[in-house]
Amino acid sequence: MTPLAQAAANIRTDRGRSRGKSLLTRMIQHKYIYLLLLPGLLYFLIFRIAPMWGLLLAFKDYNPYAGFFKSEWVGTEHFRDLFESRTFLLMLRNTLAINILGLIFCFPLPIILALMLNEVRHEVFKRINQSIVYLPHFLSWVVVASMTFFILSSDVGIINKVLQSLGYDTIPFMSNPNYFWAIVTAQNIWKESGWGTIIFLAAIAGVDPQRYEAAVIDGASRFRQIWHVTLPAIRPTIIILLILRLGEMVDVGFEQILLIMNPLVMSTAEVFDTYAYVRGILQGQVSAGVAVGMFKGVVGFVLITLANRVVKRLGHEGIY
Amino acid sequence: MSFVYRKKMTIGDWINYTLLVLFSGLCLFPFLYVASVSFTDPDAYKPFGFYLIPEKWSLAAYKYVLSTNSFLNALRNTVFITAVGTVLNIIVSFTISYALTKKTLPGRNAVMGLVIFTLVFNAGIIPNYLLVKNLGLINSHWALILSTLTNAWSILVIKSFLETLPPELEEAAKIDGSNDLGVFFRIVVPLSMPSIAAFTLFFAVAHWNTYFNALVYLTDSKKWTLQLLVKSLVIDSDSNGVGAAGASDEAVVPQEMIRMATIVLSMLPILVVYPFLQKYFVKGVMLGSVKG
Repeated sequence: MTPLAQAAANIRTDRGRSRGKSLLTRMIQHKYIYLLLLPGLLYFLIFRIAPMWGLLLAFKDYNPYAGFFKSEWVGTEHFRDLFESRTFLLMLRNTLAINILGLIFCFPLPIILALMLNEVRHEVFKRINQSIVYLPHFLSWVVVASMTFFILSSDVGIINKVLQSLGYDTIPFMSNPNYFWAIVTAQNIWKESGWGTIIFLAAIAGVDPQRYEAAVIDGASRFRQIWHVTLPAIRPTIIILLILRLGEMVDVGFEQILLIMNPLVMSTAEVFDTYAYVRGILQGQVSAGVAVGMFKGVVGFVLITLANRVVKRLGHEGIY
Repeated sequence: MSFVYRKKMTIGDWINYTLLVLFSGLCLFPFLYVASVSFTDPDAYKPFGFYLIPEKWSLAAYKYVLSTNSFLNALRNTVFITAVGTVLNIIVSFTISYALTKKTLPGRNAVMGLVIFTLVFNAGIIPNYLLVKNLGLINSHWALILSTLTNAWSILVIKSFLETLPPELEEAAKIDGSNDLGVFFRIVVPLSMPSIAAFTLFFAVAHWNTYFNALVYLTDSKKWTLQLLVKSLVIDSDSNGVGAAGASDEAVVPQEMIRMATIVLSMLPILVVYPFLQKYFVKGVMLGSVKG
C-alpha cells in the first residue's frame, strides 16, 4: 500500500480512530458499537448490579408489609445471629467436608482417566468410551437425583431390592445422614469425571514427543514414561485447575443438594445456599437469608480473587 | 500418546481396557436401568423384583405419559423457554462480546470490569428473586429467559474467539464503506459460526436442564417445565401430577414405569442430539480452555 492509501485506510479504521479526537467524537464514531454493547450492558445492569441493593436487607429486619424502605435497620444483628448459631458451624463443616471429599475423589479421577484414555490405541474404542463418559455431564441434576433415588431408595431402589431378595435388611441410604456426603461425591464422580478428561487430554496431547523418545532411550517402560514425562508435563495444568477449584470452595452444588435433601439428613446436608433458600424464600425470613447469601458471596469473592492471583503469580493466565 | 508404538497388547493394555470398560459400564448403568424399566410391558412388571432386561417389551408407559396434559404442557413450556432463550442468549452474548473487542471504545474497560465483577461476585438467591418479583416476572417464562440472557464466562470465551479473527477483513470492509454494524453482521457473524454452534448447544442444554430458577419463579403448575414435572413426579412421589391430568388411556400403568418413562423422555432430546453434536460440545470446551 502506498503511504497515502495507508493513511486513508487508517483514518477510517479503528487504528486511526483514537488519534487526537475528543471523547465525544470518538463516542459518536463508535455509535454502532454502542448499539451492539447495549443489550448485554442492560442485562448486567438490571439483572446483576441492580439486585445488589437487596443486599442492604441483610442489615434490616425485612417486613413485607413495611416494604424495603420502611423496614427497621438492625445493623449486623443478622450476621451475629448467624455466626453464633449452631447451624453456621454445621454448614461450614458440611461445605468443607463435601469439598475435601471432592478434592480427594473427584479431582484426581479425570486425570487418571485421561492418562488411561491416552494409552488406548484403538481409535474406535477410545471414541466410543469418550462418548459414553461425557454423557452424564449433559444431564440435569433432576435426572441425576431421580436415578439416585431409583438406585438407592429404600422402597424402589435397585440396590435395596437386591438386598431384600437375598434376605438382607434394606439400607436407608437416602435418610441416613452418614451416607449423604458419599452420595453427593458419588454423583459428582459419575457426572463430571468423564467430561473433566477433556482438558487433561488436551494438555497431554501437547507434550513434546521428544521427551518420550529420550525416556525410551533411557529404557523407560510405558508406566515410567507416564510417571516421568507425562505427569510432570501436565503438572502446571493440574495445579492451575486445583487452585481455581479451591477458589470455588463455597459453591458445593446447590441444586444437587437441594434435590436429594430431606429433613432427616439436614445435619450433614445443610449448606449456605440451602439455608438461604429454605429460610429466606420458603420461610419468609428474608433478611436472614440475604445475610447468609451475602456471607457466602463475600467469602467466595475473596477465595476466587486469591486463587486467581496465585495462579497469575505462578506465571499462568488466570480466569480474568 | 506415549511415543513408542507397539503392535501387541501388553497385560497393562488389557488392564487399562478392562478398567475403562468397567467405568463406562458404571456410567451407562443408571441409563440402562431406568430405560429397561420404562420399556417393560405392564403385565411383566414386578414391583418387588428387579431386572436389567425386561421380559417383555412395551411402549405402554410412554404412550401413557405422552397422553397426559401435564407432560405435554411441560414439554411445550420447556421447548418455548429453550428456543427463545437460546436465540436471545446468542444474540446478546455475541453482540456484547464483539463490542468489547474494540479496545478503542470509550468506557470499554469499565464495562469489562463490570462483566468480570459478576464473574466473582453475585448478589445471591434472594436479591435476585426480589428483583424478578419487582419486575413483575414471577410466574412468567420470561423470568427464566431474561435472568440468564448472558454470563461473564461465555462473554470472555466468545471475546477471545473473536479476537482471533484477522483484523484485515474488518479493515477491508471498512475501506469498502461498511459501517460497524455491517462489519458485524456480514463479516464477523458468518466467520463465527463454529463458536455460535458450540454456544447454541451450551445455552440450549442449560435452558433445558434448568431446575432451580424454574422452581423459584414458576408458581403455577401449568407453567412448569419438564424438570419441575420430573422432580414432582419422581422425587416428591407425587402421582397426582400425572395421574390426575386427564389421560386418555385408562389402562393401568404402574407408577414406577410412569416415572421412568418421564425421566427418559425428559432426557430424550439431549440423548438424540448428543451423538451428532458431541464434537461441537467438546470443541466449545476447548475454546474456553486455551488458558489451561
